[in-house]
Amino acid sequence: MDKRRTSLFFFLFSMIFFYLPLIVLVIYSFNDSKAMVWQNFSLRWYKELFLYSNELWRAFRYSVFIALISSSISTIIGTLGAIGLHWHNFKFKKYLKIIVFLPLIVPEIIMGVSLLILFVTVKLQLGLMSIIIVHTTVNIPFVLFIVLSRLAEIDYSLVEASYDLGATEFQTLKKIILPLLIPAIISGFLIAFTLSFDDFVATFFVAGPGSTTLPLRIYSMIRIGVSPVINALSVLFIGFAIVLTLSTTKLQKYFIH
Amino acid sequence: MKNNKKGILYTVPITIWLTAFFLIPMLIVLVYSFLKKGIYGGVELKFTLESFNIFKNPIFLSIVYKTLFISILVTVITIIIAIPTAYFIVRSKYKEKLIYLIIIPFWTNFLIRIYAWMAILGSNGFINMLLKKFGFIDNSIQFLYNTWAVILISVYTSLPFAILPLYATIDKFDFSLMEAARDLGATNKQSFFKIFLPNIKNGIMTASIFTFVPMLGSYIVPKLVGGTNSIFLGNVIARHLTETRNWPMASTISSVLILVTIIILVIGLIKQERGELNG
Repeated sequence: MDKRRTSLFFFLFSMIFFYLPLIVLVIYSFNDSKAMVWQNFSLRWYKELFLYSNELWRAFRYSVFIALISSSISTIIGTLGAIGLHWHNFKFKKYLKIIVFLPLIVPEIIMGVSLLILFVTVKLQLGLMSIIIVHTTVNIPFVLFIVLSRLAEIDYSLVEASYDLGATEFQTLKKIILPLLIPAIISGFLIAFTLSFDDFVATFFVAGPGSTTLPLRIYSMIRIGVSPVINALSVLFIGFAIVLTLSTTKLQKYFIH
Repeated sequence: MKNNKKGILYTVPITIWLTAFFLIPMLIVLVYSFLKKGIYGGVELKFTLESFNIFKNPIFLSIVYKTLFISILVTVITIIIAIPTAYFIVRSKYKEKLIYLIIIPFWTNFLIRIYAWMAILGSNGFINMLLKKFGFIDNSIQFLYNTWAVILISVYTSLPFAILPLYATIDKFDFSLMEAARDLGATNKQSFFKIFLPNIKNGIMTASIFTFVPMLGSYIVPKLVGGTNSIFLGNVIARHLTETRNWPMASTISSVLILVTIIILVIGLIKQERGELNG
């Protein structure tokens, strides 16, 4: 019995630990005062966020654009890679498996530093392109591992049957494999999108002047001084996180049944 | 398993991409660490071991020790909190719902979560406001800009990364084994340490790697809440890259960090494979 109580204690501790900061942000986003001292209920910071924060929204659109492109590329490359690694045998498979695992584990700062040095060496201008490349590289292994775990559940005889019935490689891919993989591809895409949308450290190194993603913008706002507009923005972020979490479960349930 | 030659085509894009944007950049970093620093930044194509001298610099070494020590500390604290939390969720009737409570903060922007702690711990923050309101203090206490703030916030940001793999492992654990141990006369403590922990070893390993390795490269948390005394290796790399423009130096420290990461990964993989063979 006491084990249940100990684990309950830690669980509650984790929950308070997780949610106290988020709740504080939500409460203070409705505070009229600029400081943390509670004055009045007000939507002032939301008004400021939606009406007078042009730079923030420009950064937001930029981040969405980058996230869409980089997660699309990484979903395509990661999905194909997973199919190749799962169902086919070739000489370098063992090495490739280690190489695709590495970006997942190498500290993000290293990704940023090494790609910055590469871009400067080959004289690629820092900006949109370099950010998309970094995000895609970071995201590929996440997509790959989600698709791989789904592939492990798929019955290969379906694919064999398709070949036996005379389908070509491409037809089998289009009509059998991809439809079976859709849930994994969607979750892979969503994770890649969120990771790209959130990424700060690697982006920070390769962004170059003038390319400000939303996290970079938030970072400079935090550094300049605490602005309650961030509180309002955080509430949007937290809301988005909740919707995303719930909707992915709905998605998964929909596809499982 | 199919074995045709076309199969390799699927892996062509990923091989090209990761070679161009992962392996080659790493190699360049490695090469740069043996080159001479350029006068105006960049490098000169001259072989030298100059930048390795930094490993004789006592200030740098103390940063290395500090980074290692705090990374280990954060990993241990994170795992200690994560195991019972994941255990509770698995044993709960509502485990599928509860795990979403872990995923939500995981999806919430990293900077926003750090900022939330700044809003709580800052000199005009939530805690100071409460303390003043109830008359405990007259002047604000600054809880930020020290090593403790770095440890606290790092545990906070690492925790979901540790809970999720532990949840996956504990979910697969056969709890009747623990009942069997108790039937055979083991105490709660014994069945926990001798049956439960060894069986979730792989989960603990994954959770530790996912906490420890990013901690080694930690940059943003120490920068935002660490103050002048809490500089991590990541901050040193960034400074050499962007401020002093000593790229060979930044490369040398990065190379060592890559090497350490790979060693940890290889040890982890070997141990896991052995565990699977024994188990």
